[in-house]
Amino acid sequence: MPKTAYDRVKLARLMNRPTCQYFIEQLFTDFIELHGDRRYGDDQAVIGGVGRFNGLPVTVIAEEKGKDLAERTRRNFGSPHPEGYRKALRLMQQAEKFGRPIVCLVDTQGAYCGKGAEERGQGEAIAVNLAEMMNLKVPIVSIVIGEAGSGGALALAVADRVAMLENANYSVLSPEGFASILWKDAGRAEQAAEVMKITADDLQELRIIEEIIPEPEGGAQNAPEEVAASIAGYLTRQLEILTAEDYTALPEKRYQRFRAL
Amino acid sequence: MVHPVLKDLFNLKKQFFPTDDAQAPAPAADEPAQAEAEKKPDIPGDLWAKCNGCGRALYTKLLDTNMKVCPMCAYHFRLTPEERVGYTFDENTFTALTYDIPEPDPLRFPGYQEKLESSQASTGHSDAVLCGVGEIHGVKTAACIMNSFFMMGSMGYVVGESVTRTVEYATANGLPVVIFTCSGGARMQEGIVSLMQMAKISGALKKHSDAGLLYITVITNPTTGGVTASFASLGDIILAEKGALIGFAGKRVIEQTIKQKLPKDFQTAEFALEHGFVDMICERRHLRKTLGRLLALHAPAGKREEAAEHA
Repeated sequence: MPKTAYDRVKLARLMNRPTCQYFIEQLFTDFIELHGDRRYGDDQAVIGGVGRFNGLPVTVIAEEKGKDLAERTRRNFGSPHPEGYRKALRLMQQAEKFGRPIVCLVDTQGAYCGKGAEERGQGEAIAVNLAEMMNLKVPIVSIVIGEAGSGGALALAVADRVAMLENANYSVLSPEGFASILWKDAGRAEQAAEVMKITADDLQELRIIEEIIPEPEGGAQNAPEEVAASIAGYLTRQLEILTAEDYTALPEKRYQRFRAL
Repeated sequence: MVHPVLKDLFNLKKQFFPTDDAQAPAPAADEPAQAEAEKKPDIPGDLWAKCNGCGRALYTKLLDTNMKVCPMCAYHFRLTPEERVGYTFDENTFTALTYDIPEPDPLRFPGYQEKLESSQASTGHSDAVLCGVGEIHGVKTAACIMNSFFMMGSMGYVVGESVTRTVEYATANGLPVVIFTCSGGARMQEGIVSLMQMAKISGALKKHSDAGLLYITVITNPTTGGVTASFASLGDIILAEKGALIGFAGKRVIEQTIKQKLPKDFQTAEFALEHGFVDMICERRHLRKTLGRLLALHAPAGKREEAAEHA
């Protein structure tokens, strides 16, 4: 039986859904986490580092919600501060320097809406990522693992290829926020989810993403290793194509990808 | 016969708010909104405007001669794009760049088409941005002026595409870009499509920047959400109009998230200056001259002297 958009939202938010950390462990060997934005701090909502994918050195950037409540609190439930985006950009520019492809794993309800985030320029941090990612001369592949909310997700998704797990969602704002803005009633989130076109199917139709990575019956938590294998298959195919390209030609193609949206 | 209190206001205005640019206060002569206003009968609602800053009732003619800035508290009223053109560009130099962009309705959101049509009827504009090319103190410049009277200046596909095409036009023709931001952010009724405009415009500006061209952002009240998180924050030089609200998340959302009250000056232009996110705060009466000086300083060699004379 087909799931409703809101059923999928609930699946993407399940406490036991595998998070980006799990997939980093499964997909990459020799992973070394690197910390800090060199400006202010180290945002625990973003994991960044270098590792190998099928032997190929890559830079990995991931939004991490955390597994249990203690970790979720430490990681601010996967909602980055400006430092997270600046750390991501620092590591992406490092990837460009060393000619490494970049893999971004997206899972956030959105950039954090807090006092410090505003004081330290949340808007500026996201904006700079959008502009700079567009021009990086290395392949970028972004995969939405769970939720991809607003600019906080887009700041890791200005990529040559964007894919989503089958039950993931990608939206301009959370269904709760959308309902609260347009209907002044956050309680109508379920209804909002249905009209917002946030499922992988909708987004593929709108050409926002290229591919949908299947999940097992009932969601990724039922067979995480199967999902990891599917992601690995997808990454193998895309990196094979992208690493064969002339890296200096990638920014123009990436621009044209977004230019058409 | 001018009432004595009003006379005082005029004197006050002359004393404290002289413009430093004689041309600036003259609004564009063919400005349709104003022509329409003149046709209306003289009812008090037209004669007086309430200031959102100090709450005083202001004589609208006085307000108009003061570039829509309250002479008592310096609150900057929001401007229509036509008023902005009149206050910014050399007389009769601004030409609108009009694009034939189909209105998308990706979500078929109930009531959206009606809302668009009523905004089009009330503003006389097809969407929430006016793009064009004109001269500021003799320097030819591409410009995008967001319109907060059109669905709170929200950014959907038409706004994104218009700004992108204008920036691309500037890149192709070696022109600087000035964008006056004023927006509630991404247009919710277009869902994810409005989010994608952030990436598209940022990409176009990156190419413009890589071509060695100048981009000046003028942040006006209010600038929030997806506009702050994209082109409003990407200017080589970022000016903010005095008192403008600038932020990513809405103040109420933040207060709900952190469960504390925020200070009154939170997310003002002054707050942004203090935290290092804008280059300067500019009062409206100084804006045209400031833009002229900055543009002249960045004009291509050869044109630089000519522009400096103008400034």
